[in-house]
Amino acid sequence: MRFAVDRPMLWLVEGVVGGLIAASLVGFFLSLRVKSDSGKATIQNLNARIRAWWIMIGVFSIAMLVGPVGSLALFGFISFLALREYVSLIPTVPADHRTLFWSFFVFTPLQYWILAMHWYGVASIMIPVYAFLFVPVRLVLSGETAGFLDRAARIHWGLMVCVYCISYAPALLILEIPGYRQQSAKLLLFLVIVVQFSDVFQYIWGKLLGKRRIAPLISPNKTWEGFLGGVASASLLGMGLWWMTPFSPLQALGMSLVITLLGFAGGLIMSAIKRDRGVKDFGSIIEGHGGILDRVDSICFSAPVFFHLTRFFYITHGKTT
Amino acid sequence: MSWLGNAVAAGARGLAGATVRWLDCRPETRQRVYFANHTSHLDFVVLWSALPRALRAQTRPVAANDYWHSGLRRRLAVGVFHAILVDRSASGDRETQLQSARRSLDLLVDALERKESLIIFPEGTRGRGEEIAPFKSGLYYLWLKRPDVQFVPVYLANLNRVLPKGEVLPVPFISRVAFGPPLQPGDNETKESFLREARNALCALQHA
Repeated sequence: MRFAVDRPMLWLVEGVVGGLIAASLVGFFLSLRVKSDSGKATIQNLNARIRAWWIMIGVFSIAMLVGPVGSLALFGFISFLALREYVSLIPTVPADHRTLFWSFFVFTPLQYWILAMHWYGVASIMIPVYAFLFVPVRLVLSGETAGFLDRAARIHWGLMVCVYCISYAPALLILEIPGYRQQSAKLLLFLVIVVQFSDVFQYIWGKLLGKRRIAPLISPNKTWEGFLGGVASASLLGMGLWWMTPFSPLQALGMSLVITLLGFAGGLIMSAIKRDRGVKDFGSIIEGHGGILDRVDSICFSAPVFFHLTRFFYITHGKTT
Repeated sequence: MSWLGNAVAAGARGLAGATVRWLDCRPETRQRVYFANHTSHLDFVVLWSALPRALRAQTRPVAANDYWHSGLRRRLAVGVFHAILVDRSASGDRETQLQSARRSLDLLVDALERKESLIIFPEGTRGRGEEIAPFKSGLYYLWLKRPDVQFVPVYLANLNRVLPKGEVLPVPFISRVAFGPPLQPGDNETKESFLREARNALCALQHA
C-alpha cells in the first residue's frame, strides 16, 4: 500500500520546502550581517540547525514516499538510536547486559514489526505488559541483586519512552478513520509538523523576547516568552492545517495545543534527566541539535496522547470499517 | 586485508558508536606507540578503526597469544589486523618468564624498526572498566629502546559496556575514543616514574 499523494499533501511539501529555503536565506544574510563573536556563534548554531533540518526532512520525505513500511523502518531506527543514547547516559551494570541486548535486538524490532502487521491490539500492550514482565525476570536470572529495582526501572523507562512512545507516531498510519482512509500519512505529518514547529517557534520567540526563565534549575534556555509564543504560534499553525486532518479548525487547534504542551513537557523531562547526569545533550549525531533523543523528546510525549485522542474521538467504536 | 579490515573496523565502530576526539594531539603519520586502557575484546578493533585510513596500514595492535592464538580469532587478529601476538607472563620459573618477556619485547622492537606504529594495552589484561590497573613494565623497556618514538595515551570509554568480560553478544552503547597529548619523558626517568606518568596521562583523559 502506498499513500495517495493528493493536492493538500503537495501544498504541504511546497510549504515546508519554501519555509526551509526562506530560513536558509535568512541564516545566510544573518551570517553576513552579524559581527560580534557571541552573535556569530548563535548564527553558526542556527545555520547548523537549518542544514540538519534539510537532511531530516529529506530522510523523512523518502520514508513517507516508500509508504508505511518506510516510515515504520525510519521510526524503528530512530527508536534504536534514541534507546542507545538513553542507556549510554544512565548507569548500568554488567548484569544488565543480556536484558539490554533483548531490549535492543528483540523488543525494539518486534514493536515495529507488529505495527507493520497492523496488530494494533498487540502493539499497544507488547511493551507495557510483556516487556514489563520480561525485564525483571531476565534481570533476576542474572543473579545480581544490588540496585535491582533501580536497574529494572531504568530499562523499563527506556523501553517505554524510546520505543513504545515513539512508535505511536508511525502507529498513526494504521489508524483507519472513516472517511479518511489511505490518508493517515497526513496525520503523521500533522503531528511532526506541529511538534517540530513548536520547538522552532519556542527557540525563535525565546531568542527574540526571552527574559523570564520558566525552569531555571532544569533548562536555563527555556523562558516563559518562548514557551507561550511557541505554543501559541504552533497551535495556530496546527489550526491552519485543519484541512489535511479529519478535524474541524477548532478541533485542530485543540489537538495542536495538547501536542505542543506535551511536547514541551517531554523536552523538560528529558532535560531533567540530562541535568541529573551532568550533560547538555544526549548525543552529537545531528549537528546543532545534539542527539536523536534531543530532537524527538517532544514526540515521545505527544505522540501517544495524540494517537489515543484521535482514536477515541474519530473512530466509531463497535463498528469495524 | 585492507577492504576486510576496513569493513570490520566500520562495523565495530558503527556498533560501538564511537565518537573520536584528538586532544592536543594530531593524527600524523609519524611513528607512534598508542597505549590504551583495556576492558573489552573490541578495544584494539575500535582504536584501530578510530585512526585515519592512512595510519591504519602502518599501525599494528599487540595482542595476547593465549587468547588470539588459534582458529577464527587468529585469522581475524593476524590476517585482518596484522596483530603482533605476544606471550603474557608465562608460567614456569623466573628465568623462563624473563626469556618470554624478552622475546615479546624483541618482537615489538622489530616492528618499530620496520617503521610500524603499535597499539598496546599496558595493563596486560582486561579490567572491569572502573579503574585503570598499574602498568606492566614492557612500555618502559620499549621507550628505553626507542625514545624517539612518540607515546600517545588513548582512553577508551564504554567499550566494557558494549562487550563486557565473558559476554559474546554486544549491546550498542555509545563509546568514546580520546587521543591525548604524547608523553614527554624527562632525561632521567626511572621505570617507576615513567610508568606512573604514562598511567597518569591515561587517567587524565578519563574525564576529559
